[in-house]
Amino acid sequence: MALGSSVGIVEAKRARFDEPLRLRCGATLPSFELMYETYGTLNAAGSNAILVCHALSGHHHVAGRYAAAPDNVGWWDNIVGPGRPLDTERFFVVGVNNLGGCHGSTGPASTNPATGKPWGRDFPIVTVEDWIAAQARLADHLGIGQWAATIGGSLGGMQAMQWTIQLPARVRNALVIAAAPKLSAENIAFNEVARQAILSDPDYAIGKRPERGLRLARMLGHITYLSDDQMADKFGRRLRYGEVRYGFDVEFEVESYLRHQGDKFAGWFDADTYLRMTKALDYYDPAAPCGGDLAAALAPAQAQFLVVSFTTDWRFSPARSREIVNALVKNRQDVAYAEIESQHGHDSFLMEDAHYQGIVAAYLRNVTT
Amino acid sequence: MTNTLGRADFEAIASWVQPGESVLDLGCGDGALLKLLAAERGARCWGVELDPANVLAAVANGVNVIQGNLEGGLAGFEDRAFDHVVLSRTLQTVRHTQGILAEMLRVGREAVVSFPNFAYWKNRMAVMAGHMPVSEDLPYQWFDTPNVRFFTIADFDALCTRMGIVVRERMVLDEKGVRVEEEQNFLGSLAVYRIKR
Repeated sequence: MALGSSVGIVEAKRARFDEPLRLRCGATLPSFELMYETYGTLNAAGSNAILVCHALSGHHHVAGRYAAAPDNVGWWDNIVGPGRPLDTERFFVVGVNNLGGCHGSTGPASTNPATGKPWGRDFPIVTVEDWIAAQARLADHLGIGQWAATIGGSLGGMQAMQWTIQLPARVRNALVIAAAPKLSAENIAFNEVARQAILSDPDYAIGKRPERGLRLARMLGHITYLSDDQMADKFGRRLRYGEVRYGFDVEFEVESYLRHQGDKFAGWFDADTYLRMTKALDYYDPAAPCGGDLAAALAPAQAQFLVVSFTTDWRFSPARSREIVNALVKNRQDVAYAEIESQHGHDSFLMEDAHYQGIVAAYLRNVTT
Repeated sequence: MTNTLGRADFEAIASWVQPGESVLDLGCGDGALLKLLAAERGARCWGVELDPANVLAAVANGVNVIQGNLEGGLAGFEDRAFDHVVLSRTLQTVRHTQGILAEMLRVGREAVVSFPNFAYWKNRMAVMAGHMPVSEDLPYQWFDTPNVRFFTIADFDALCTRMGIVVRERMVLDEKGVRVEEEQNFLGSLAVYRIKR
């Protein structure tokens, strides 16, 4: 059972920004909208806010449930709420759907003001740096000059870290979980296969929803989120019908599971968003402008850091987190690092685990509001 | 890798750390020493700790704790990254004695090493009486001890000479934590060394 309690019924909100936003790719969005949710109360000084950054397929619905859809529980509900690690009795917690997303923020499904039609595949490529710039507009809108903390797992962890580099005066703590300072060739390779699955789907070519491509992309992605041990435990070589049937329908339980995950995802996620999220991952490399020197890239950061990795995460292994830790120590910056024993691979960051959540809670208890 | 430093050790180490210097404590436990060094000496502190419960306690103490083992844990640090590297009551549990000393003096300008002195007179008496010693500073039975290296103050001096390590200072304590000045290898239960290359 989760510690503390849920934030309960929540509402999504929409903020509109009419100041143009120039993107890294050179394009400019004349205006944009961000969907967000907040939990807890912002104090008078605006100093108790935590920004939760989402990963590849995440969104602004971080915690709680909607009155009209009580089964739609936030994706990180187990960590946010009264008495939970992101304690809403102390902190004002903000979740946001990133630019280019498919949950209501301006993205491929939005109307392109130049044509009056949906952007679709013409929506510009967005980067982690663009997201931070957009999130900063939301912070301004909410009256938050400086985040008490930014937090995220995976691609969300990269954003939590990027805040400290890009807008160092605006973040006091960064909780960088199951992340890496940049993608490896292998990471990019997986993303490229996922993109090719979508781009080579004949439906995509004729402007239809590429469900087959999305399904494949998600199946591939899902394999990289789990660990070998966990898959062995969960499925092993168990057969769906107790015997092999010498055919290509589902036989092994793991096939059934992957197909189910793929179908579920293909039913609701936007392909153009998926393409852009994976590109944002591939491009992210804060050390590049410093000749590959991560310590030099992190030098402007004023924040204190908590870096967390998971033993069975092979997508962003503990060694990748240590790169961040080592760079911070080289700079004599404040950093705590925990390597959590976990069976759940990359997805561990979303799981309820007493020790993991205890580390996050202990760290945040020392964060002043 | 637990840290059971007594007050006397704390004071010795604190006196060797100048304000604003950086310290890496290997096996920092719950971070008590680092907290003290930060508060009393204004030191910039990091610790390495393997045990998850200790890591949690150190995070709760607001200490810069880095989870890792001693060998792998140091590999990621730059040469001379720290002014002081501390290894308290742990050297006797490490198999690669020379390796860890060399690593400490690679990442640190200097190092502090403390260890139980097996030549303490009570330990000698125990062996004379036919048994392995059990004492305040050697609190284990032979069959459950984490210690894998058994050495004395004289042995450690000899190793330092052999490795070209300079002993800057040495403080020796008896079982009650009182400083021993005479006949240290006989009367001392715990040795605290300040060493450099």
